[in-house]
Parts: sequence; C-alpha cells; structure tokens
Amino acid sequence: MTAIIKKRKHLLRLTILLIIGLILFMLNIALGSVNIPLKEVVKGLLGYETELESWSYIIQRSRLPQAITAILAGAGLAVGGLQMQALFRNPLADPAILGVSSGAGLGVAMVLMMGSFGGFALSALGWIGHLTVTTAAFAGAMAILFLVLLLANRLRDNAMLLIAGIMVGYAASALVGVLKFYSMKEDVHAFVIWGLGSFSSVSWTRMEVFFPVVMVGLIGSLLLIKPLNLMVLGDNYASNLGVNIRMSRFLILACTGLLTAVITAFCGPIAFLGLAVPHLTRGLFKTSNQQVLVPAVMVAGAILALFSNLIARLPGFDGALPINAVTSMIGAPVVISVILNNRKLMAGG
Amino acid sequence: MSELILTKALSVGYKQGRNSSPLHSNINVKLMQGEFACLLGPNGAGKSTLLKTFAGFLPKISGDVYINGKNPDKLNAATKARLISVVLTERLMVPNMTVYDLVALGRSPFTGFFGRLTGKDRQLVIKAIGDAGLEGFANRNLMELSDGERQKALIAKALVQETPLILLDEPTAFLDLPSRVEIMHLLKNLAHKKQIGVLLSTHDLDLALQTADKVWLLAAGLPMETGVPEDLVLTNEFRKFFEREGILFDNATGHFTMAGAHVKSIRLIGKGLEYKWVSRALSRQGFTTSDDPFSRLQVEIRSDSQREYILSGPDGVPIRLRTIEDLLEQLKMAEKRQSLTE
Repeated sequence: MTAIIKKRKHLLRLTILLIIGLILFMLNIALGSVNIPLKEVVKGLLGYETELESWSYIIQRSRLPQAITAILAGAGLAVGGLQMQALFRNPLADPAILGVSSGAGLGVAMVLMMGSFGGFALSALGWIGHLTVTTAAFAGAMAILFLVLLLANRLRDNAMLLIAGIMVGYAASALVGVLKFYSMKEDVHAFVIWGLGSFSSVSWTRMEVFFPVVMVGLIGSLLLIKPLNLMVLGDNYASNLGVNIRMSRFLILACTGLLTAVITAFCGPIAFLGLAVPHLTRGLFKTSNQQVLVPAVMVAGAILALFSNLIARLPGFDGALPINAVTSMIGAPVVISVILNNRKLMAGG
Repeated sequence: MSELILTKALSVGYKQGRNSSPLHSNINVKLMQGEFACLLGPNGAGKSTLLKTFAGFLPKISGDVYINGKNPDKLNAATKARLISVVLTERLMVPNMTVYDLVALGRSPFTGFFGRLTGKDRQLVIKAIGDAGLEGFANRNLMELSDGERQKALIAKALVQETPLILLDEPTAFLDLPSRVEIMHLLKNLAHKKQIGVLLSTHDLDLALQTADKVWLLAAGLPMETGVPEDLVLTNEFRKFFEREGILFDNATGHFTMAGAHVKSIRLIGKGLEYKWVSRALSRQGFTTSDDPFSRLQVEIRSDSQREYILSGPDGVPIRLRTIEDLLEQLKMAEKRQSLTE
C-alpha cells in the first residue's frame, strides 16, 4: 500500500518537473536578445508568417534548435552522471570522470592548433573549421572511450578503473597543454571559446546527427535501469542477484561514454550538470530507486540546461554568457551542500 | 534431505598470476537442508575465502564443490542467484534507500527486464521484512537503522531471494550482545522453519555452541573438523582446536578460559543457579572451585531464607556476606593477610 502511495508521489513530482520543463522551453524560445512579442513567437513556432520575416528566422533557425540541444544535452549529461555515481558508488563521479571529455578536448586541440605547424590558423576557415572541430572532438572522445572500455575489461576493480579513467583524462589534458604552448594566439582563443560551452552551435543539419546519437544513449540508459539499480549495492551483491557484472559495466560505460562524447563534441565540455543534477534529483525524490531516478534525472537535467541557457542569454548580457560559467555557478553550491549533508549523516550515524 | 553444500578435496585461496597457493586444502564438508551451521576459526584461517568460493565470487583452486548438486562454476549469474543468497561484511551505505527498497532488490532474479515488482513480489517483500523481525520498518531509511537492524534488513533481502542456501559472512560482527543473540536465533529458526541451509562465519564461540546444528572448525594448517557441537566437545576436538591459541576450553563447563590462569583452589558448597554464578565470579579471580574438603578456603552458599555467603579460612571465624562483591573483597583481603604472614 505504501509503495503505491509513494509511486503516486513520484509521478506527481515528475509531472510537475515536466511542466516546469515545458515552461522553460517556451521561455527559451520567447526570450532573447531580440525582443519578439509573444503572439509572434507562437506564430513563428507553428510555422505561420510573422510580422517581421527575421523573427520567424530567429525562432526557427536559432532559438528552437538551441532549446532542443539544451534539453538533449542536459538530459544526457545528467543521466550519465547518475550512471557514473551508481557504478562507482561515488557521489562525486560525473560523466567527465572517464576522461572522455578530455579526449574531446584533445581532438579539438589537435585540429585547432596543429594548424600552426603548417603555418596557418584553422580558426580562419569559418564554418568548415567548425565542422572539423566537432568531428575531431567526437573522434577524440571515442578514442578515449575505447581506451577506457579496454581498461574496464582488464580491471576487475571499479576503484582501479576510476583511477585509470582520471589518469587518462589527465594525460589528454597534458597533451592539450603542450599543444597550446606551441600554438598561435588565434587558435588558442578558438579553443578557449570551444571550452566555454554553448548550446547554439547545433544547426538543423547537425541536429540530424546529434539527435539520434543522444537518443541512442538515453534509450540505452533506460534499458540499463535494472542492473544499475543493483550495481548500487556493490559488485558482490549485484552479481549474487543475477547481474552479469562485466557485461553490465561495459554497457553502462559505453552508454555514458557515448552521451558524453557526442554532447561534448557538439556543445563543448559542459561542467557540473552531470554532477549536480543527480544530487538535486535525489534530494527532490528522496529515493534510491533508479526506475524513478533515471527518468527524473533526464527531466531535471533538461530543466537545468534550459534554465542555464536562459540565464546565459538574459537581456542585459551582451550576446551570451558562456554556459559553463552558469552551470558551475549553480553546480558548485549543490556539490558543497551534498558534502555538508554527507558529513551530517556520518555524524548522525 | 539433500546436501546443499558438498565438497570433495576442495582447495580454496587466491590465485596470484600463475602460481596459486591454497589457503586451505582438502576440505570435505557437507551442509544439509534445514541445517544451521557456524564456521568458526581465527582471522586469516580462510573463513571468508571459503564462503566466497561457495558463493561463486572466487574460483576454487582444485577439488569439487556442489551447491544443491550443481557445480557453481558452470552456472551463469542468473541461475546462481536462485540458488545462493549472501549477506556480506561490507557495510551497505546507500543514501535514501529504505528497507523496502533493499529487500525489493532481492526479488531481482525473478523480475523482468525493467525489474518491476508484481503484486505477489510486493507481498513476499513485506512478508520477508516481517520474518526477519523488522515489522513496521519497511519505510525506514537504511542509514538511520542500527547495525543490528541493518543486518536484519540484509537477511530479509536474502530471504526474499527464496534460495535453498543462505551464506553470511560474520553477520554478528559490529553488533551488541543482545543483537548478536537475536540474529543467531533468528537465523537458526529460519533454517529450521523454512528448511533452508544457513551457513555463517562468526567469532562468537559461545553463541555458536548454543545455537548451531553443526560447527565447522577452520584453522590454518589443521584439517577442517565439522560436527554437532557436543560431539566435538566430547571427542576433544574443540579443546585441541583452541589449545593452539592459548585458550583453554573447559569440557565440563563449556567455558573458555585463558591458559595458566588457574592456580588457587577453593571449596564451594551450594547448588543450582547460585552455585554456577558464584563459581564463575571466583573463576574470574583465578580460583578453581572444587568439592575438596581439605581446601584452605571454603565458601558456603545459603539460599534457604535469605541469600548469604559464608567464607571461612584456616584461621579465625567464618565471615557472613550478602553479595558476591563483598565476598570477592574479603577474599582479596584474606589473600593479602596470607602473603604478609608468609
């Protein structure tokens, strides 16, 4: 009986989150540096002609894909963070812990800055350069992911794997540092800009790649709910309850890795979302059940990404704030409160 | 009756690269259905290693193991999950997890792809929580439970898994004495009532002797001894087993004492409960009690009207005392006087 009441509570909370998400989605489309009346926003969104042609262009070509990107990236990073925290049984794990985002950074650094050895700045190439950056980021991220998966097959211990992942990340970052040192100013600048993160660089044509790959990751994580639920108990209990540890670990890593790779490639390394959202969601739903947490974390991640995007583009800020600055400002206090809460629990128990 | 555990010349231990040095070899044991067995032995003897081998967490080194007639090495995780359930020593700390959530995970081997519980599963979960003595605790958070309650929650998880065999690695460690007694009796009753096999490792010798159907003695360098505790006492196995550690097992009283502690003897007259506890108190002070009329010291217990202890020595008048505490005090003074005169 109590289980049913709880289920209703969870459903209610999830519905509220969905409504908040919808409102934020609408705000993302309605608000921006160009002021468009609400009526015209709806018109533009539904494909009718707007008073000014540029308005429909802004809504259709800029704000709509940006909002969808934010939703997908937020949901993907948040669920990746949840999976890593469950798999490693570590509250401070996030999708970047595997070193995948550092791999993306290395890929980007290579195309942006290797150019300096040939004597020209790649950043001068415009949108062709942009496409190359994304491809390079994805390639770098996938290369690191394969390395981590290979290590996962060799290492039985999760703690060892965690350390190996962090080390791989450090190595990739170190290589980026070396590249930076030898690069031209413009290329380093372009790399820094990429590192600030943005949801605005996914056009409709790029969405054709971004959307399906993120969906594969999201659906995959929904399919992994049962083993993820048991992995929280530790490897021994999980395997005693029928989980094929090696297989499940591989699939969970692959799922998070794919999400992180594609999102980092298209949006840059988005900090803190993956770490903070699972904690926020757990605090909100007060449950450890991944059947509730996985969908809830996806919605909460989308909300936080939409909210960050909204703040980043608030009128008054010239252009757009870097997404990373906003997510970190929200994420840091959350992480601190988690540490404080943990300390309280330790003292109490 | 069938054997839930049967081993033939089993060697267990950790493999390090190519060379494997077994921690314990030539183990031949069996555990029957409905049997509650306690695995005793010093730290490092390989209790956990043996349990891990049975649970399939650790590959055996050589020999044969059969769990309910099947070789665990040849079973996949899902099949093993319906055969063996475990309670491990690692402390389980999952934020926000309730007793119900934990026990519900015990149904995983029976649930579908997404792990959804059916109505029957939910009933079984609630029943297992009750069977483990945690009625009304379903919605309590694991982090808020006492160690004993958390251990019961894990036992409920093992019960709901509905396996014929439950393995527990030191389930009474970290617990206070009442909880230890409670957990041991709970496990014994579950084994008998549900006709399942329960094997646990423990350091609680006294409790194991009282409750276990079978005791398994494991020490490094000795062949493993198993049997009904009383048989092991009467065949002197128990005494032999603990002698190596400088602990004397008194076959007559069933108590453990430190070797070389008894030097002084005292005559104790009395009967029943009073006799037992006075004897215990005296033994703690280093006296062995006997019925020898030529003992230098004598204590008589009077319990007909009012409880009274009469201490008489070789010199002087008998002293009447009300409590054991006073008695021990007087004995100490008598000893001091004696050492002064000598």
